[in-house]
Amino acid sequence: MTGTGIGPELIRIDGASASYGHHRVLTDVSFHVHEDQFTGIVGPSGAGKTTLLRLLLGTLAPTAGDVSRRPDLRVSYVPQLETVNWNFPVTVMECVLMSRTRGRRLPWASRQEKADVHGVLDRLGIGGLAERHIRQLSGGQQQRMFLARALLRQPQLLLMDEPTSGVDVSTRHDILHLLGDLHEDGVAIVLTTHDLNGMAAHLPHLVCVNHRIVADGTPAEVITPAVLEQTFGARMEVLEHLGMRVVVDEAPSNYMAGGG
Amino acid sequence: METLLEPLSYAFFQKGLIVAALSGALLGLIGVYIVLRGMSYIGHGLSHSIFGGFAAAQLFAAQFYALAAGLWGIASALAITVVVKKSRVGADAAIGVITIASFALGVALFAKFGSSGPSFENALFGSILGISVGQIVGLVAVSVLTAAFVFLRYRALLFSTFDPEVAAVSGVRVNRIEAALMIVLSLAILATLTVIGVTLVAAMLVIPAVIARMLTDSFGRMLAYSTAIGLASGFVGMYLSYYAGVPSGTMIVLVGATAFVIVLAITGGRGLRRSAGLDSHSEDLLAEPAA
Repeated sequence: MTGTGIGPELIRIDGASASYGHHRVLTDVSFHVHEDQFTGIVGPSGAGKTTLLRLLLGTLAPTAGDVSRRPDLRVSYVPQLETVNWNFPVTVMECVLMSRTRGRRLPWASRQEKADVHGVLDRLGIGGLAERHIRQLSGGQQQRMFLARALLRQPQLLLMDEPTSGVDVSTRHDILHLLGDLHEDGVAIVLTTHDLNGMAAHLPHLVCVNHRIVADGTPAEVITPAVLEQTFGARMEVLEHLGMRVVVDEAPSNYMAGGG
Repeated sequence: METLLEPLSYAFFQKGLIVAALSGALLGLIGVYIVLRGMSYIGHGLSHSIFGGFAAAQLFAAQFYALAAGLWGIASALAITVVVKKSRVGADAAIGVITIASFALGVALFAKFGSSGPSFENALFGSILGISVGQIVGLVAVSVLTAAFVFLRYRALLFSTFDPEVAAVSGVRVNRIEAALMIVLSLAILATLTVIGVTLVAAMLVIPAVIARMLTDSFGRMLAYSTAIGLASGFVGMYLSYYAGVPSGTMIVLVGATAFVIVLAITGGRGLRRSAGLDSHSEDLLAEPAA
């Protein structure tokens, strides 16, 4: 089972399993990431979405199977906002500059580095916030700041963990558009999400995960009642609205009527 | 004015003043990383562990007690790092078990076999006036090494302190940086032990960094403020200890604690909010995530 991307392969996971101690989280997963890919990894909490991301990142070694990546691959990672210590004493400028770990050794930023940071912050619409403390940003601005840090590395592959978790609808739209633009600029993107309607349905390619890969394809192929039940362990209805798939929870009365 | 200049006429005081200020600055600098990593307790644990090393060194190599104690401390620090990463034991629990066991082993060995070497009281509370030239050279060397480490690895240290997982993905050798930080911390504690004393080193690792955090939201400024506050505490504490006739380490810590209260009163709620997150830290690489 592979991603639907075309073009040169960036990362290849073949028959990989992953565990934390004795607790196996993923079994026999195969997943290939290509240069033009824009994929959402979908699944319920605890299904192994972040673990799959960690296999791609290389921060977790598989207990079985293989993970190989192109040797010169530049990967950037945007973590979940919930995992960040927002009281840490860093300004937006200091945070974005963290990704410049190679080359210059001096603690302070060069004129060129400052210009680069301001350039990427401007592009993401938070140009005036460079000297703010990270806690003083809204959820959407915090997400953009981490995107800025990721983009400063000029990545070929961007991995994001739940990028729309905890942000409002308008910010979610902005982030989706932003990611769409980045993808058009040639950045491969793989993100995790449990938001089926707000996020997953808008992506060109989805992978459904529940400790293994349940399904893989376009939203039209993957967002079906059968696949969703296998993935989420709950019955859901799928409606068509303006050419988009919309998922709604099945009413409890239907369960009872169906004996299920 | 004459009263202020009077102690400076003594060579031992001049020497003590420089050593106290340098010790305060050194602990203030390295303390920023320790506090922000949520490892404040490690200063307490490692200073005890190194004290155990001092005691144990009486058995095997009394003339090289500083070297032996340093190695003892470094081994304890690295053991903590390994245990935390390889097991489900939390950092605080690992620090508690390893360092205090190391301390107890050293004291037990000393009680059974030891009789010579630096006195327990000096190691416990510091004896800045009896500091040797060799110890001063050691303190200066460790201070230069620490400053060079922080200066040259500034970005990697900041990134791995803020977010170790993303830092690792971005090319930072996080394990190496953490091991190097633990070694530098052990050396800093070892070098300042004779100045401030085992029981008080931990306080000087934490107090300047917490005060600095209450004063700024910028990491670069926090580093500078903490170093300056440590230096000032050492300087003023040394002076006051001369007039009050109490051990220098005690007075240095009391000056730091007084500064903490003053800054807390001035910054109020803002300072408290800033320092509120100092016990939360990213353990992404250490902890088991929600799959």
